[in-house]
Amino acid sequence: MNRVLRTSLVASACLAFVAGLAFVIREISATATPVDLPARLAENLGRSGVENPVTAVLLNFRSYDTLLEIGVLVIAGIAGISVARTSSLEDPELRTSDELLYALQRWLIPLMLLLAGYLLWAGSDRPGGAFQAGAVLAASGILMRLGGIPMDFLRPGLMLRLGLSLGFAVFLLVAVASALHGGEFLAYPPELAKTLIVVIETVLTLSIAMVLLALFVSAPVNDAEEPEEGGSG
Amino acid sequence: MAEWLLDIVLVIALLVTAGSVLWSRDLFRAVVFFIAFGLLMALAWVRLHAPDVALAEAAIGAGLTGVLLLDAARHLSNRKSGRKNRGGGQS
Repeated sequence: MNRVLRTSLVASACLAFVAGLAFVIREISATATPVDLPARLAENLGRSGVENPVTAVLLNFRSYDTLLEIGVLVIAGIAGISVARTSSLEDPELRTSDELLYALQRWLIPLMLLLAGYLLWAGSDRPGGAFQAGAVLAASGILMRLGGIPMDFLRPGLMLRLGLSLGFAVFLLVAVASALHGGEFLAYPPELAKTLIVVIETVLTLSIAMVLLALFVSAPVNDAEEPEEGGSG
Repeated sequence: MAEWLLDIVLVIALLVTAGSVLWSRDLFRAVVFFIAFGLLMALAWVRLHAPDVALAEAAIGAGLTGVLLLDAARHLSNRKSGRKNRGGGQS
């Protein structure tokens, strides 16, 4: 009975949400868009410093949003690390001696690093960019970690802090520098736009990969070994 | 016509995998379905002409989140089996 009640409650809440969404979509589509955004983007693409419209929006026209996103990611990474029991990093038990994984790694890791670099570079004129490259970089890091390669830079210390905050710090530095230089906050000088975007994307890639990797590595590793949890399980 | 068919199959597969994630009893199975859902979602983004989002979805949504969820599911199952063996487990 209780279960039926709960299910119907959740179902009605979902239905109400869907109805609200449908109403909002109808409202939005009823009012004509005030400006033709794709056309405006195409007009101004030349000034952005990159050829890919998505990258132009993310890192030039709406870079404030991206800056805040990176801030959120860094905070998430710090929160994840701070709840971790980091002693597990040195756990020799972790180093699997899986020969298949090791053999696979020797083929995959260089390819994945190459792919990450390509995605980062491709972001300027075709789909790609910092987030994708960072995710691929983090994934190769996870593979290396699973294969038992020691990654000392992930231990809490200067390297970890530097890596986590590098992207956000450089992004903020560019923003403040452009503001001090007489422009708006985060408005790059047009002749430097391409260089600045590439630099920001590169450090962002490193930071994003570091955050994602740190979140994975700082997850508690072997609960079953704990006496109070799964001693018999 | 073929594209319509592809889209319809994609939508059905998305709904089925999403439902399987929600209604599966086994956490591990739910996570596997979630990864499959993420990959199908990446395909859907490609069909919507949003390759950037598709790349991010495949790398982060299916890949990294899948790894994190698999890790979490294993911990939860360890914890649950430990509790069950002591006779206190409900689920």
